[in-house]
Amino acid sequence: MASVCFYFQVHQPYRLRHYTIFDTAGDYFDGFKNAEICRKVARKCYLPTNRVLQELIERHGRQFKVSFSITGTVLEQFAEYAPEVLASFQYLAATGCVEFLCETYHHSLSFLFSPDEFVRQVVAHRQLIRDLFGQTPQVFRNTELIYNNQVAEAVARIGGFKAILAEGADHILGYRSPNYVYRPPSAPGLKLLLKNYRLSDDVAFRFSNRYWSEWPLSVGKFCQWVNAVNGNGYVVNLFVDYETFGEHQWEDTGIFDFLRELPTEILKHPDNDFKTPGEVADAYEAADVVDVPHLVSWADTERDLSAWLGNAMQQNAIAELYRMEQAVRDSGDPDLLRDWRRLQTSDHFYYMCTKYFADGDVHKYFNPYDTPYDSYINFMNVLNHMRSRCGSRGVARPPAARLVAATDGKNRRRPADESVAV
Amino acid sequence: MKIRTLMLGWEFPPFISGGLGTACLGLTRAMDRLGMPIIFVLPKAKPMRVSGGLIPGFYGEGATGFAFQNVQFRPVPAVLRPYSSAAQLASGTALSEEKDGAGLLDDDLESGGQGNYGADIYAEVARYARKVLALGLTEHFDLIHAHDWMTFPAGVALAQQSGKPLVIQVHSTEFDRSGEHVNQYVYDIERHAMHAAARIIAVSNYTRNIIISRYGVPAEKVEVVYNGVEHHNGSWSSSRQTWPAKTDKIVLFLGRITMQKGPEYFLHAARRVLEKIDNVKFIMAGDGDMLYRSIELAAQLGIGNRVLFTRFLRGDDVRKVYQMADLYVMPSVSEPFGIAPLEALQHDVPVLLSKQSGIAEAFRNALKVDFWDVQEMANKMIAVLRHPPLHQMLRTEGHREALKFRWEDSAARMNEIYHETLGVA
Repeated sequence: MASVCFYFQVHQPYRLRHYTIFDTAGDYFDGFKNAEICRKVARKCYLPTNRVLQELIERHGRQFKVSFSITGTVLEQFAEYAPEVLASFQYLAATGCVEFLCETYHHSLSFLFSPDEFVRQVVAHRQLIRDLFGQTPQVFRNTELIYNNQVAEAVARIGGFKAILAEGADHILGYRSPNYVYRPPSAPGLKLLLKNYRLSDDVAFRFSNRYWSEWPLSVGKFCQWVNAVNGNGYVVNLFVDYETFGEHQWEDTGIFDFLRELPTEILKHPDNDFKTPGEVADAYEAADVVDVPHLVSWADTERDLSAWLGNAMQQNAIAELYRMEQAVRDSGDPDLLRDWRRLQTSDHFYYMCTKYFADGDVHKYFNPYDTPYDSYINFMNVLNHMRSRCGSRGVARPPAARLVAATDGKNRRRPADESVAV
Repeated sequence: MKIRTLMLGWEFPPFISGGLGTACLGLTRAMDRLGMPIIFVLPKAKPMRVSGGLIPGFYGEGATGFAFQNVQFRPVPAVLRPYSSAAQLASGTALSEEKDGAGLLDDDLESGGQGNYGADIYAEVARYARKVLALGLTEHFDLIHAHDWMTFPAGVALAQQSGKPLVIQVHSTEFDRSGEHVNQYVYDIERHAMHAAARIIAVSNYTRNIIISRYGVPAEKVEVVYNGVEHHNGSWSSSRQTWPAKTDKIVLFLGRITMQKGPEYFLHAARRVLEKIDNVKFIMAGDGDMLYRSIELAAQLGIGNRVLFTRFLRGDDVRKVYQMADLYVMPSVSEPFGIAPLEALQHDVPVLLSKQSGIAEAFRNALKVDFWDVQEMANKMIAVLRHPPLHQMLRTEGHREALKFRWEDSAARMNEIYHETLGVA
């Protein structure tokens, strides 16, 4: 038996406008650019891919299933800039073949810096999904699949979840296969679904790469790889960004045809089916405990946090952001709270990444700034203004924000001679 | 095949007024290390006035402090700074002391003396060309390589006389130096040489575009070879010292104080910075025809007590000012390359660059700004002064990146271009 488990991540941040130290207006976000990008991605990806999924569900009855995790920030933008996209997701929800997952409302790194804020965002997102799609999420995925034992424990404490998703990184699995269901060491009732990163990345990253030895990737070939799991696991977790379809892999690469033909080919094998993460958790017992003391994510080859917290600017910016938490709450100003939360979106820290800056690479494609330095300057200027909105309480300096475990990863380097960050 | 190059230069350390001499030395040293034989023809320096007094002049190995294996120097009499303006010439800071009365190359060259440069430089350019022609009769060489417009007439004439191919290297154009108010005479020299040359080396794509669009040169003739920077094995960084009395942050402008370098944009940005933070001083190190205007402007802006003018610095004073600086700013209106920021980074000073520069296109770990956007310039200055993580990353990442600009790479590329030009392997 091989169950194919699709989970698509749907997310757009609220990008900041150019904001200098001389700016005094309280509007930090680039409404024009955000609307433009939202509509562009809707046109290239969300609408056409939703249409394909709709067709597939109709053609295969209840046999074809997928799941989505859609962030609060992108749902708000759909409502404002592209309501037809929201409607098409609601239409998919009504088929009964789509499961919606829960995550932090603002696609934030709050788990690492503020346990309180983390809980609030998870609860808020769950409520939003319930309101918009009429189902209560029971499966959790943390921002960027950032995960360790403590994430599982925190999610178990919130309650109402039966499974959590994570990256099937080699260094947490060892000899084990991602194609089984696991459980965390100390989060009773939670199952752990691990991404099959080889097969997921074949679609998400390598699909159009002409230098890849397997290019072009036909549906037949891909299904052979999936079928090979039979007898060697229960489930193939294909976790990809939804923007893979039409945005990262353009339509002319054949990505839509691939998606269109995939279910028929998968279902040719009598032992195969499609399951959502919740169904996988219900259907299969945990094969083993997977102990993850250190943080993992699904980013880059390192599978760590260095894309968001790898340099001194990123650590400084996020520490300063969470340092304001109490003052923001105390202000009782809902607009301020909303802005503060929108700044928590991990993309803002990703833009400050210098890891591959010297080479100019994939990071660049998603980055609205010319350099990571510009991104940091802009963010700090906004923070500076936001601090003035907190009133006198914003000036107080409480203890530095807690960084639960972000610094204990082996690969993380703390630049010497750094007295400010974190 | 070893190509023997006759190289025509105008200035060479220690007698420099700007980047041209630095670039010629760096490139020549690297070519020397690669074993490329060079005959370097330079104006013979006479005792000349620099700020701080008279220095007895001579060029070459002794003066530069470097030993050359494959380079021979041939001095010819002519003394002028390349970018002298009329104001400087009038004040006598850069006048030739020798008039040997040698016949000029042609009347046209001699009589061109109007406008920005003053009369004397045309005579010097002409005399230099004549001497080079004479020298060319006795030297054995395969190719001519001329640096900037002062040597272009010599290069073109020698190429005609000898039948050897001419490669010209453009370190700056008349548009960089004079904006839209170009000196037609200098422009004509540049244009004539660009069309006569077999190959043109531009120090950046920024300059290459100017050559193509402003001088009507076919694109395929123009190659980009970036400058490098001399590396000193970190000895500067390790000698970094703390200044006991330094309570203020220091923002540094180091370069000629001329229209091209954008000193007024620096000062307007400084005023905006001081609206937001108090503990900062601005140092303007350099001389130039806009020095006095800049001093007046600082006073007019009400920041006279926050801006220090050091005049032209050399040697150890340059090192010291870098050690004091928290940020180096190059606000140039038009900068063909810009070696100075790389030198600042060698001294572990982060840099803010004008986007209107060659270095900005080639360098990543720097802040960049349009020279005219003084608000954004101030915004970025403040950010570096306020946020230690930004300062630290620009410094360490920038320093590391600066090490990649090696004169050996420039020289190696030059060698390839020589071979392509001569059509030999």
